[in-house]
Amino acid sequence: MNLTLKVWRQRNASDKGGFVTYKADGISPDMSFLEMLDVVNEGLVKKGEDPIHFDHDCREGICGMCSLYINGRPHGPKRAITTCQLHMRSFSDGETITIEPWRATAFPVIKDLAVDRSAFDRIQQAGGYISVNTGGVPDANEIPVPKPIADEAFNSATCIQCGACVAACKNASAMLFVSAKISQLALLPQGQPERYRRVQSMVAQMDAEGFGGCTNTGACEIECPKEISMTNINRMRRDYFTAKFFKEEEIR
Amino acid sequence: MSSFTKAFSSTLGKKLIMGLTGLFLSLFLIVHLIGNLQLFKDDAGKAFNEYSYFMTHFLPIKIISYLLYASIVLHAVYALVITIHNKKARPVSYASYNGAANSTWSSRNMGILGTILLIFIVIHMGNFWFKYHWGGLPYTQYEMSLSNPSDVKVTNLPISGEPLIHAEYVNTQTGREVLVAKDLYQVVVFSFSSLWYVVLYVISMIAMGFHLYHGFQSGFQSLGFDHTKYKPAINWLGTWLFGIIIPAAFAAIPIYIYITTLNQ
Repeated sequence: MNLTLKVWRQRNASDKGGFVTYKADGISPDMSFLEMLDVVNEGLVKKGEDPIHFDHDCREGICGMCSLYINGRPHGPKRAITTCQLHMRSFSDGETITIEPWRATAFPVIKDLAVDRSAFDRIQQAGGYISVNTGGVPDANEIPVPKPIADEAFNSATCIQCGACVAACKNASAMLFVSAKISQLALLPQGQPERYRRVQSMVAQMDAEGFGGCTNTGACEIECPKEISMTNINRMRRDYFTAKFFKEEEIR
Repeated sequence: MSSFTKAFSSTLGKKLIMGLTGLFLSLFLIVHLIGNLQLFKDDAGKAFNEYSYFMTHFLPIKIISYLLYASIVLHAVYALVITIHNKKARPVSYASYNGAANSTWSSRNMGILGTILLIFIVIHMGNFWFKYHWGGLPYTQYEMSLSNPSDVKVTNLPISGEPLIHAEYVNTQTGREVLVAKDLYQVVVFSFSSLWYVVLYVISMIAMGFHLYHGFQSGFQSLGFDHTKYKPAINWLGTWLFGIIIPAAFAAIPIYIYITTLNQ
């Protein structure tokens, strides 16, 4: 396959940046999108040029490191996969592919296609944990959890923090990520003691990072590589409003 | 900041206000439509004028009407605040953007649709609501025979002379029930006899259909209401009742009146 790539190049965070067009010739349809970029980069290195900077790690769709906004969609045109799982057979020969970094105030560009997603870490640090030691292995079924609840909590826990929800959202809202991280604990017995404090501190951190608000377009759940659903966002809203309007937080 | 102020200034709280005001406005549409259906009655506007009087003079409705004006203002102001905030969250837009792949057109254009509706509301209220309250409308006298309800004598009262008031009484001498009412019906018929006005209304109602197609179900989500048992019903109501039936019924009124005035 021969392709034309329009790639966003930006030296560093303060550089203005712009699109550069590259030819990607002799690409196998069985290559992953990242392998295709590896081939292009090899050519650039041979020519003595600066290779295209992009994030990647496990290359099997579980680490959440790879990003890339491909032809107007995060992780490219396919559903429920990351960019490393996207194969070149999803494109046609001779196609022009536009590759951009995630765009959000809270995700500043580090270089080229790599963005700084540490805003997600700071939201997690604001309350996305349980503050007691887990201790030894408990007996099985010591704490009963109904199957649908356990499944739903597990679904929320599959979030890999890739940031596709932010990239897909027209408001650059991080609510799918934040709500998944809140839900995975709010649904389970171990998450209850800090449930209403957690939702308040994580939402406050989310707002402080400069993410947008949710307008229920549903783009995030369509683009999420782990198919995390908008139900999480609504659950977060319920917990947040309950915490703010109905819960007694201090001793009278 | 108090807990409440913090809650309402958060991204979730702002949308809570959007959802609450939006759903309240949606609910009002049902009441408004039921009232407006009186315009289809061939009674020289008697039922419609009675309804107009009731809506402006019955105390509980008056109180709700102030809530309604406040909702329109809040909904518009918060929309602006939220839009500015959301634009700031993505200062550099994508060179290639394929929004149609993951979201509905309505959901991405609520601001534009809402702006059309706001302009429409200003024109609409200026033409009917303002005129009814302060526009010096003419009065019309309806005389209904007590023995034969279909026997109604309609007299347009002159504007000049003493200021008139709304009155309902029974004239024992003529044996007729008399209603003297501000004739908003005449204003409605006059407005909808011009084609550009009808076009404006129909376009606005199409915009309202698209706005509510996303807005109705989105409003429930903004309140955190999302349940597998009720969501299909909410989506159905949002699509069929608020997205299609109500806007279509509203749009039918100017079209119907325009066609009837053509024949006169």
